[in-house]
Amino acid sequence: MKNSKSILKKLTASREVSLIIVLVILCVAIGLRSPSFLTLKSIADMFKNNVVTMIMAVGMLGVLLVGGIDISIASTLAFSGMAVGMLLKRGVITSTPLAILIAVGIGLVCGLLVGLVVAKGNVAPIIASMGFMYIYRGLAYVISNNEWASADSLGDFKNFALGKILGINNVVWIMILIYIAFFILMKWTTLGRKLYAVGSNREAAEISGINASNVILFSHTMMGVLAGLCGALAVSIYASAQANMLYGKEMDVIAACVIGGVSMTGGRGSVLGAFLGALILAIIAKALPLVGIEAIAQNTVKGVIILVVIILNVLTQRSMDKNSLKEREL
Amino acid sequence: MKKRIFSVLLCMAMMASLLVGCGSSNDGGDDAKSEDGGSDSGKKVYAMVAKQAGNPFMEKMAEGFTEVVEAAGGEAIIKYPEEGKADHQITAIQSLISQGVDSISVAANDENALQPALEDAMAEGIKVNCLDSKVNADSRQLFVNQAGVDEIGQALMDAVLDISGGEGQWAILSATSQATNQNAWIDSMKEIMEGDEYSKLELVEVAYGDDEPQKSTDQTQALLSKYPDLKVICAPTTVGIMAAGKVLQDEGSATKLTGLGLPSEMAAYIGDGDDSSCPYMFLWNPIDLGRLGAYSAIALVNGDIEGAEGETFDAGDMENSPYTITDAGDGGTEVILGQPFKFDPSNIDEWKEVY
Repeated sequence: MKNSKSILKKLTASREVSLIIVLVILCVAIGLRSPSFLTLKSIADMFKNNVVTMIMAVGMLGVLLVGGIDISIASTLAFSGMAVGMLLKRGVITSTPLAILIAVGIGLVCGLLVGLVVAKGNVAPIIASMGFMYIYRGLAYVISNNEWASADSLGDFKNFALGKILGINNVVWIMILIYIAFFILMKWTTLGRKLYAVGSNREAAEISGINASNVILFSHTMMGVLAGLCGALAVSIYASAQANMLYGKEMDVIAACVIGGVSMTGGRGSVLGAFLGALILAIIAKALPLVGIEAIAQNTVKGVIILVVIILNVLTQRSMDKNSLKEREL
Repeated sequence: MKKRIFSVLLCMAMMASLLVGCGSSNDGGDDAKSEDGGSDSGKKVYAMVAKQAGNPFMEKMAEGFTEVVEAAGGEAIIKYPEEGKADHQITAIQSLISQGVDSISVAANDENALQPALEDAMAEGIKVNCLDSKVNADSRQLFVNQAGVDEIGQALMDAVLDISGGEGQWAILSATSQATNQNAWIDSMKEIMEGDEYSKLELVEVAYGDDEPQKSTDQTQALLSKYPDLKVICAPTTVGIMAAGKVLQDEGSATKLTGLGLPSEMAAYIGDGDDSSCPYMFLWNPIDLGRLGAYSAIALVNGDIEGAEGETFDAGDMENSPYTITDAGDGGTEVILGQPFKFDPSNIDEWKEVY
């Protein structure tokens, strides 16, 4: 009796565990209806096609942790992706590492500007990033000069997303490395601790000697770097750069974080949570066309699944809070 | 105090960047081809309103339009709305009316929303036609149609029949489930499919990739794993066909692709061999579409035609000239550019440079 209770307690003790349970249930349900879903190839395809959302989710985690939000990321992605696409098309650069470096650089500047306005100018994050959302998307159109960069003009760069190391696609490796780096950052560095501290209680953090605005600036810059990187990755994965690429994708990224249990008011969330949230979204996107749901109903089903997952998540959170409250009373 | 100065500086920097942004987008966009309305120069002024900026197809259409207008001694104004929305086009049309242009040719973002603006224009004596995508019959004098719905349906069905070898499963990968053009073409294909020669073809699914590379990729991969014997995917949309081309080619799939796509985007996937995913595809020629739009606008302004059924007008050295105006089936009239143009390994290298 005591034993079973502690297992139950363990299961509800963490949101991540409840997410993993949801994930397993989803996979089994989909696997039963469509056996091809659980093949190695299908899973590899799914990761490759969702690398961009997954990478940006962990950056968004940093921004949400300090109590901010950044809706300019899809525009940053389009701007950096379009810049790289046009440089490759015009033959200005041909080297893949250089292309990725340029994209990261553009993302860094984009993110830094958003961060400066938010952290030093004290503008509400959603307003500031909304402004930059239009600016960066507009810049993507300006540099595109009414053209697209297509597979034919991207040369070797598109092969980057085809290459594999140890059987795993290059772009998936990048995603894995970024997640490991963020896991270490959040868990074992003071900077990671500061992100949580600023998000939970900014005043307390400042009194204890943390420069909150620098921490916020860092979170937006990091987000920009990742969005810029994703611009290059997206161009390589889809072998095409268009000024309207991944329009509206910021919503999927924010949704991934929310599903993963990241708090919209800051201070709460984990790298594993962001990953699991993005993974659940990826599985939904991959599975909906497979299980034979009428095409026009797919978005509705997607919304319902997201809501159910979030409600489950909130319920777990409540029982967690109750449990810890009980412990305190005892 | 320091903080306040800093925020003021930031605000100024943002304003500056905004101004720079607007300035350069104006250079590349709005009045790229004209300094002002220029009606005082005595030249006839022909305006075209594109669907949106940043679209290579619209750019080529404008090129053809300008070429014909300037050859005829007129002046062309091209307006590119920043977004592909009707309200941006209304603003553009209103400013053209106040400039006193002689004709307006519009590639409409909405069939009905432009009606008040275009009726105002016609009341001012400005000739109005539309090209690429139409406005309703009351808002126009003539529709310059790239290719009739049935011609496109027929071309695509024959391509599916040919590529599949006459029998087997095939699927459609479309844009959104509400896309007007795509739905009309798909309906037409379904109708044509009733014919005896297509009886061995089985349409297994119509999938929607929402003109988004990521979603189109998911949908293509799902089609492949659901129907291992799939012979052909037909994607009548530029983003869909490109995403599908990439997936099929990367996987070395035996499933082949056809549909409607931009040559420059599809050049890497078009070829005869097993390592190319698309044997051939179709689209219309945007330059010719722009040119026909200009010829018909000139004919309207000169009074050669009024946009009534049965009238004909001359279109220079264009293939099907002179063109005859026909009933569009929506209460208005149209002129059809011709058959959809086929892009195959023999001509793709030449066309990928064009658009």
